[in-house]
Amino acid sequence: MTASSPAEPNAPILLEARDVVKHFPIRTAQGRQQVRAVDGVSLKVRTGETLGLVGESGCGKSTFGRCLVKLIDPTSGSVLFDGEDITHMSRRELRSRRTGFQMIFQDPYASLNPRRRAAATVEEPMRTHGMGTDQEIRARAIHLLQTVGFDESYANRYPHEFSGGQRQRLGIARALALSPRLLIADEPVSALDVSIQAQVLNLLADLQEEQKLTYVFIAHDLAVVHHIADRIGVMYLGELVELGGSTEVYNNPRHPYTEALLSAIPVIDTDTEVRERIVLTGDLPNPIDKPSGCAFSPRCRYAQDICRVEKPLLQIQLDGREVACHFPVATGAK
Amino acid sequence: MSEPLLEVRNLRVSFRTRTGTVTAVDGISFTVDPGEVVGLVGESGSGKSVSMLTVLRLIDNPNCVIEGEVLFKGNDLLTMSDADLRSIRGREIAMIFQDPMTALTPVYTAGWHISEQIRAHEKVSKKAANDRAIQLLTSVGIPNAESRVNSYPHEFSGGMRQRVVIAMALSCNPSLLIADEPTTALDVTIQAQILELLRDLQSEFGASIVLITHDMGVVSQMANRVMVMYGGRLVEAGSRLDVMREPAHPYTWGLMGSIPPTDGTRAVRLAAIPGAPISPSDSDRDRCLFAPRCTFATDSCRPQPGLIEHRPGHSDACIIPFSERAQRRTEALAPMRART
Repeated sequence: MTASSPAEPNAPILLEARDVVKHFPIRTAQGRQQVRAVDGVSLKVRTGETLGLVGESGCGKSTFGRCLVKLIDPTSGSVLFDGEDITHMSRRELRSRRTGFQMIFQDPYASLNPRRRAAATVEEPMRTHGMGTDQEIRARAIHLLQTVGFDESYANRYPHEFSGGQRQRLGIARALALSPRLLIADEPVSALDVSIQAQVLNLLADLQEEQKLTYVFIAHDLAVVHHIADRIGVMYLGELVELGGSTEVYNNPRHPYTEALLSAIPVIDTDTEVRERIVLTGDLPNPIDKPSGCAFSPRCRYAQDICRVEKPLLQIQLDGREVACHFPVATGAK
Repeated sequence: MSEPLLEVRNLRVSFRTRTGTVTAVDGISFTVDPGEVVGLVGESGSGKSVSMLTVLRLIDNPNCVIEGEVLFKGNDLLTMSDADLRSIRGREIAMIFQDPMTALTPVYTAGWHISEQIRAHEKVSKKAANDRAIQLLTSVGIPNAESRVNSYPHEFSGGMRQRVVIAMALSCNPSLLIADEPTTALDVTIQAQILELLRDLQSEFGASIVLITHDMGVVSQMANRVMVMYGGRLVEAGSRLDVMREPAHPYTWGLMGSIPPTDGTRAVRLAAIPGAPISPSDSDRDRCLFAPRCTFATDSCRPQPGLIEHRPGHSDACIIPFSERAQRRTEALAPMRART
C-alpha cells in the first residue's frame, strides 16, 4: 500500500490564501492593542497534495487554519476555495460550500458532544445538509465508522466509552461525512500516544489515497509533518518564513528558524556521541509587540544589523524554495 | 561495582476499585547507580509514573496497595517513618513534574517556592534562602534572576516555569532527581533547551536522574540506561546503545516504528502497533501482556515470560529465541520502507 503520492505539480489549485491577516483586539494597561496572530500569509494548496504547517505554539498556525475554513473571519485578506472567495460570502452561500472543506480538531475530548452517540455524531453534518433519508444517512454513518476502523457495535456508544485515539478516528469519520475534498487537520495527533499517533497517521494516509483528499496538516512536530506532507510551510509569529517541498525543507532548511526547529527534534540517537545541536535561546516574542525588522532576528544566530531594521519578504530562491530571510542558509549546508 | 543509589525490588502497586483490583505496577525490579541517568519509557497507563510516585510515597490513597521494597542508600522508603521520609523527600530525592503550570502555587512567587523548600530542610535565614534561590534561578538560565525571584508563576512562560520547577528540585542538592515527563508539555525548541539544561546540571551537580517519558527520542538524547514498560511490567532494559541499536522486545520495535523516521527519508506507512494499550484492569495477567497486539504472538506467550538477560546488561521478556530477534525485528519494521 502506498501513502499519498506527491501531488501533480500541475494539479488545479484547490485552496488559496491571499495575504490573510487576523488581529485580535485586546485591552491592556497600555490601552487598546492588537494581538497579531496571523500577519499576512499567502499560500496555495493543489488538489491531492498535503500541505504541512509547522511552528511553535503561539505562531498563529491554528488561527490561520481556522481562517482557512472561515470558522473565524480574517481581519483582511481572502481565502479562495476552488476559485471562489469564501471570505466575503453570505452565510447561506458559505453553507453550501462547507461540504467541500471540513476540519479535524486537536482535542478529541473537547470536540465531540459527550451526550451524542458515535453514529449520531457522524450523522449530524449529513442531516444538516439534507443528504438523504434517515436510512441512507444511517447506512452511510455505519459505513464511515467502518472506514475508520469501527465495527457496528460501536455505533451506539458515547464518546466517553472511546479512548483518545478512537475519539480522534471518530472525529475523522465526522469530517468525512460530507465527502469533502479538503480536510484541515489541526494538530490531529499531538494529544495521542506515539503508537496511537502512528495508527492515525496511517489512517489519514490511506484515506487520502482512497478518496483523493487534499490535506492541510497543522502540527508542531516537524518529523510528523515531514512524514505526512508533500510541502511544508514554516510559520513564525504569524508569518510564513519558509515554504517548500517536504524532503527539501527537512533535509536542507534554508531559513535559520527552520534549521533550529529541525535541530530541536529529539532524534533517536544510536551514535556513541550525542550530536551537537542548535539550541534556540529565549522564548517566542510577544505577538502584541513584535520585534522590528525580521521577527526572528532576536533569536537568530546569523542576525546582522539589517535584520533588525528591514523586514525580509518571502522570496522565491533559486532552488524554488520560498524563504523570508536576508541571509538564507546556503544550499547543501547542514 | 558500587552500591546502587536506589534499588527497587519486586514493586507491585494495585488499586481497589468498584470493578475489581487494578494492577498499575506488576512486580518491577531495577537499580539506579550514583550519577546515572535512567530512562523509563512507555505509553500512558504503562505504570511508569505510578511506580516513581510510589518510590516517594506520594500516593496516599487508602485503596492503593503497595508491595515490595524501595531501598534508597540501603533504607526502605516504603516502611520508614514519616519523619525520616520527610528528611529524604525534597532533599535527597527531588521530583520534577510534567506540568509546570500546576506544579507551582499561583499565589506565591518563584523565590518563595525555592526558599520554602530550602528552609524546610536546612536552618538558614530567609535572606540566605532568598540568595540561594537567586543563585539557583541563575544556574537554570533565568535572566535577571534578582528581579525574577519576585515574579509569580503566571508571569513566566511554560519553559521558564519548568526552569523554576527544576531550580526547586535542585535547591537541596539532591542525589536523585525523578523527572516525570519534564518536557512533554513544552514546544520542541523549548524541550531542547530544557534537555540541554538537565544534561548540563547533571554533569555539574552529579545527581542521578530517572527520566520518565514516552518519547524514545528524548530518552536516546539523555539516558545511559533505558527501561521499557508495558502494562506495569518491564519488558526490556539495557544500555542506551543496546536498546536503540538492537531493541529486543517486539513492543520496543513497535514504539520505534511508530515514530516517523528522522534520518531524512520518508516512510510510506509507519509500522504502528495495532490495537490499544492494555487496560490496567485487564485481569488476565498470567501471560505476556503485549501478546494481544504482537504480530509474533503464539501459545507459548503464556505463562508470563520472565525478564531474561540475553547479553550482559541487556534483558527482555519475550519468548522469541534471541538468535531470531534480528530477523523478526526487520520483519516488524518492514512497513516502514522508504518512499520511492
